Amino acid sequence: MIEFFNAYIWDLIWTLLKIFAVIVPLLIAVAYLTLAERRIIGFMQLRKGPNVVGPFGLLQPFADALKLLSKETILPSGASKTVFVIAPMLTFVLSLVAWAVIPFGEGLVIADVNIGILYLFAISSLGVYGVIMAGWASNSKYPFLGAMRSAAQMISYEVSLGLVIITVIMAAGSLNLSDIVRAQQGLWFCIPLFPMFVIFFISTLAETNRAPFDLPEGESELVAGYFVEYSSMSFALFFLGEYANMILMSGMTTTLFLGGWLPPFDVPILNAIPGVVWFALKTALVLFVFLWVRATTPRYRYDQLMRLGWKIFLPFTLFFVVLVGGVLLGFGLLP
Amino acid sequence: MFIAAMFFYLFALMVVLSGAMVVLARNPVHAVLFLILAFFNSAGLFILLGAEFLAMLLVVVYVGAVAVLFLFVVMMLDIDATAMRQGFRQNLPIGAAVGCVLMAELLLVFLGGGHSGSVLAIGHGGASNTTLIGRQLYTEYLLLFQLAGLILLVAMIGAITLTMRHREGVKRQSIAKQNRRTRGGTIAIVSVESGAVPDALEDAPAAHKKLQ
Repeated sequence: MIEFFNAYIWDLIWTLLKIFAVIVPLLIAVAYLTLAERRIIGFMQLRKGPNVVGPFGLLQPFADALKLLSKETILPSGASKTVFVIAPMLTFVLSLVAWAVIPFGEGLVIADVNIGILYLFAISSLGVYGVIMAGWASNSKYPFLGAMRSAAQMISYEVSLGLVIITVIMAAGSLNLSDIVRAQQGLWFCIPLFPMFVIFFISTLAETNRAPFDLPEGESELVAGYFVEYSSMSFALFFLGEYANMILMSGMTTTLFLGGWLPPFDVPILNAIPGVVWFALKTALVLFVFLWVRATTPRYRYDQLMRLGWKIFLPFTLFFVVLVGGVLLGFGLLP
Repeated sequence: MFIAAMFFYLFALMVVLSGAMVVLARNPVHAVLFLILAFFNSAGLFILLGAEFLAMLLVVVYVGAVAVLFLFVVMMLDIDATAMRQGFRQNLPIGAAVGCVLMAELLLVFLGGGHSGSVLAIGHGGASNTTLIGRQLYTEYLLLFQLAGLILLVAMIGAITLTMRHREGVKRQSIAKQNRRTRGGTIAIVSVESGAVPDALEDAPAAHKKLQ
């Protein structure tokens, strides 16, 4: 019995501690991302944003959370109950489990698996289920329309996302995320693969249903899209899931193109700063661009969104996969 | 090994249960959701076998893409579950026969020792199984692999040509055409003297035609 305890339980406790060490800061980051979004968009539109609750409005996220907690949970009578309840949980859980493979620093990763990037891609491709299930289970026309749009949109942009990832894999020569970061020592992939970096960023906007591709929500025509019927904590789970997904996608952009935990220049002063700080800074920078885009661009029309995904991004990324492969092979740069 | 065995029984149980629920669920959408659960758990079984690349492909391709489209179609079709069960009696013998054949084949493989050892055999040699699968596919099975790709391409082109139709009277946006428009082609400046209306209007229809 003691042997069993030693063999498994300590491992289990250690792993749980590691998971908490990732999830607790993540949830705090999600809380403050909502505040940052409102403040930054406020400043860009020459308003102040929420600045009343606490100093600089720092307690605003907690006020919002309390408000959502104290609201009534409503189950629509025509809804498919189980699916209706599972959908927000699924969205939230999926936005958290993907963090298992993201390397925050040299060796700072919960699961250093060989196929990390495929795992990340697989989990992000599951995100669409939360949306479809919510839209269908609500048994109401606006959520259903929102879910249909979202399914089509997320699948379309996943294609170009996958092809961009293939170019990165070819340049790095590994499916392990830590190895991909190490391969960027000296030259981040955002420089040689700059067009892919731009396409990846735009695709992540579409994948997370953010402006200018937030048609699944489309307040002006669909009220709020797939989560119209949700209230209270189930709505909060969707909300948290969306923002955690934004942070995840920014973390993914950082890992694949911006050199992960590596400092911008290989000099001793910058190397002295821990990798986690660099990772957080770069992720915050990408997140800022997410918010910036939301504050400055109008929503896309739906047919133009599809045209961009299928007729422009797909041929371009396909061409680039061939080009990158050819250049790597031709100049003997294959890792 | 204890933990691995526990996970094996968990995944295996979930695959069998959700597989049964695919058939038993009254609501077709629930059936598809159970199918997705079955896919997901079989991906778990692949991981336990050490074939993590296949597991991820199963999730990306089947769960992430194929099943989404499947769900999409089932939701749009509004299938009546009672109508589907009408021919149950007549179809029962055929279904039972197909089931028996499949069962017999499986038993033959397992009892006759037709399977070639463990899947883990591919993992030997130090390289990750992604590398090994890639090497196998692009050397020994290159022709078959390319043929499979070609068949899929033909199927895709076929589906597109069958469903694509150009309806009359639908206005389509041509972005290249919009971008080619210049000021000179769309705007004509006509100097109009006050009181000389008939003269100016003579030119106007020509300018108007240019617009289109």
